[in-house]
Amino acid sequence: MQRIQQDLNRFRRIVRGQIKKNLRKYMSQGEMIGRQGKRAVSIPLPQIDLPRFRYGSKQSGGVGQGEGDVGDPIGRGDPQDGSGEAGKDPGQHIIEVDITLEELAEILGEELELPNIEPKGQKNIVSEKVKYSRIRRVGPDSLRHFKRTYKEALRRQVASGLYDPKNPVIIPIKDDIRYRSWTETPLPQSNAIIIYMMDVSGSMGNEQKELVRHTAFWIETWLMSQYKQIEICYIVHDAAAKEVDKETFYHLREGGGTRISSAYSLCNKIIDERYPPAEWNIYPFHFSDGDNWGNGDTQICLKLLTNELLPKSNLFCYGQVRSLYGSGNFIHDLKHSFENEDALAMYEITKRDEILDAIKEFLGRGR
Amino acid sequence: MKRTDLSPELQAAWDEIDGYAKGYGLDYFPIIYKVLDYKTLYEVAALGGFPIRYPHWRFGMEYDQMAKGYTYGLSVIYEMVINTNPSYAYLLEGNEMVTQKMVMAHVTAHVDFFKHNMWFAYTNRRMLDEMANHATRIQRLINRYGYEQIEDFIDVCLSLDNLIDYHAPYIKRPEARTEIPLSSPRPEEAAVEGLKVERDYMRHYINPPEYLAEQRQKQVEEKQKARRFPENPQKDILLFLLNYAPLDPWQHTILEIIRDEAYYYAPQGMTKIMNEGWASYWHSKIMTEKALTDSEVISFADHHAGVVATSPGRLNPYKMGLELLRDIEDRWNRGKFGKEYEECEDIQAKRNWNKDLGLGREKLFEVRKLYNDVTFIDEFLTPEFAAEQKLFSFAYNDRSDLYEIASREFMEIKEKLLFQLTNFGQPYIYVEDGNYGNRAELYLKHRHEGIDLKYDYARDTMRNIFIIWTRPVHLETVIDDAPYLLTFNGGELTKQKL
Repeated sequence: MQRIQQDLNRFRRIVRGQIKKNLRKYMSQGEMIGRQGKRAVSIPLPQIDLPRFRYGSKQSGGVGQGEGDVGDPIGRGDPQDGSGEAGKDPGQHIIEVDITLEELAEILGEELELPNIEPKGQKNIVSEKVKYSRIRRVGPDSLRHFKRTYKEALRRQVASGLYDPKNPVIIPIKDDIRYRSWTETPLPQSNAIIIYMMDVSGSMGNEQKELVRHTAFWIETWLMSQYKQIEICYIVHDAAAKEVDKETFYHLREGGGTRISSAYSLCNKIIDERYPPAEWNIYPFHFSDGDNWGNGDTQICLKLLTNELLPKSNLFCYGQVRSLYGSGNFIHDLKHSFENEDALAMYEITKRDEILDAIKEFLGRGR
Repeated sequence: MKRTDLSPELQAAWDEIDGYAKGYGLDYFPIIYKVLDYKTLYEVAALGGFPIRYPHWRFGMEYDQMAKGYTYGLSVIYEMVINTNPSYAYLLEGNEMVTQKMVMAHVTAHVDFFKHNMWFAYTNRRMLDEMANHATRIQRLINRYGYEQIEDFIDVCLSLDNLIDYHAPYIKRPEARTEIPLSSPRPEEAAVEGLKVERDYMRHYINPPEYLAEQRQKQVEEKQKARRFPENPQKDILLFLLNYAPLDPWQHTILEIIRDEAYYYAPQGMTKIMNEGWASYWHSKIMTEKALTDSEVISFADHHAGVVATSPGRLNPYKMGLELLRDIEDRWNRGKFGKEYEECEDIQAKRNWNKDLGLGREKLFEVRKLYNDVTFIDEFLTPEFAAEQKLFSFAYNDRSDLYEIASREFMEIKEKLLFQLTNFGQPYIYVEDGNYGNRAELYLKHRHEGIDLKYDYARDTMRNIFIIWTRPVHLETVIDDAPYLLTFNGGELTKQKL
């Protein structure tokens, strides 16, 4: 092991500790969502840098070299430096650290004490893994097994008395030649589908959508660490529901009323058509401000949940974000009807600080 | 174990370069080359050039960032050399031969500089052993007190490692001391009696009241002076803390080690422009005049251009040093110095000035011996040079949130540059009073030179000083043009207008 590995590990541990300590803050501010790459996020970390007496950068400036007239810009200001008013709003010293999504999920799991999810027995897609572990008599030349071929030829020559120890020339004939061959081993592979449903009626504002986006980021980070493969569907609804892509999902804004049942029945349809519950771990998430159109529709929703969605899903989560307009009744209706239902988790998110608690409620059941 | 010494080809190249360098009059400690793969090279680089250092996470952080830079192709370290005797230099395995030759030529000049520049005269040339000793001592402390505790205290000490007196090795300064130990009682001062008076009616004449008042005043002042601790402001805050802070022995050991290492690295910070300029000057000279083969010209030019590349917001010390040294050589070759030249007002004549003195090379060797970056720039930066090199000063513009070119005036550029270099461009802070308010509180003073301290950093640094001093720590500084006293007494940092 390299000498530096020790220091590197220590540094990584410190980084992890910092992230853990500030997890609630990161979750509420969503700083890392904007810096998300394919497999890693970049996290701005305060206080890893060693403090020293030094000059604030803004007043100091410096000397440079090159073309340009007086007044030409040469670079951006230091974004972390606060407003320049020392004391009132002390800026933080910040360095950026990359962390993989797996690691982030691990931290999330440790900090929130999330149990690992046991995929349900039947819901394993069996994929086949190929391994070259057998020998055959026929095959392409590229797979010829020289050692085995030699052995066969030697055995044949010894048996038939053609072998001369003084002149040990072995000449294989066609029958001697052996080829490598493969076996297929079935590998269980668990897949999951996340179906996001969001109310985009007029009463859902930007702040509410941001809440949903942040919550969704953490849900995905966690579920991705639990399943090999994850697919995600997006459904928006007001009085009617439709399936959209991710971009539209977060930015679409419709007016009009709200019929939650429209989303639930579309969700049910998608499951029936594309994701048979026998093969998929299904996670529908529904976000709304809890303002449904009349009691009749809520009754349809409850029926859909009881008869269709809950039995099919691993876990159905309902997140209610508070808006200025909504009555927020829906969550009470749900609570009333499904008091002790394991497959249904709900949380009322009133402010960003509570994202962490919502995630814990949603994912803390290990389903 | 992998071989790290020079391959026969590299050895041959080194013999060649070695001959050229000595031929030019460079004089250096023996150099031991190690050829390392990039992982090991970056490891050594993260450890500040020394293979054995005490364990600390910041080395890991540096390695992480350097390795990332290498992986993404953003930055490459070609070479590394440390100031020891014999000197160790590291080459990156797999570089093409021309690069290795250039690096070797570069290294000879660095080591020549280490050996001869006066600011390095007091550095420990056996630092390799010293660093290893430090590592052992700290490892022992870790075994005894636990990793976390030692690490926390190292963090505290490191955050103060710029609070040293960069000139201390060369100047004997009055030590921080008091005549009378603070704890022991002071002898009572005699009342002021004035001169002896034989006849009572003469009293007013011999000891007029003004005189007595003056004497009393003097006594009070002296008394105050005796109470001052330290007697003189102390720039070497680390030494002050070592001497007077209530440190446990293990804390003392760590602080001492951090201070030692800070002093070891200090001259390299003080001569960055000169050292890199000197090395670039010589690698370019040796390569272009002697060592380069025809097929290597393009590669060399490419590398050299990379070394001296400039970007608007940053001053490249390699470029700056190299050009300034070349300018000095040219000026002393042509006699462009001295009273006669300075007073000449004919620009044309000045430009074509040539007295064929040929003193350039000699002057360069003198410069590398006697100067550091501050004195170097102060003495040799000329308006002509600044214009030719397109130097400018830049400043931050509040309204646009951008750094903008502020001026191309020579004096402003020079002033800014010198300011950046003096005290490493770090704030000048010293111990004013170690017994402030007679309560053993520490009173630090920031000599404000137009730029405020970074507040959050200052706050955290004061917290760290408090950990060592264990009594309240004060810092007199200036915030937004108003004098303030910052005080940290274990809770929140308080700010009080003076």
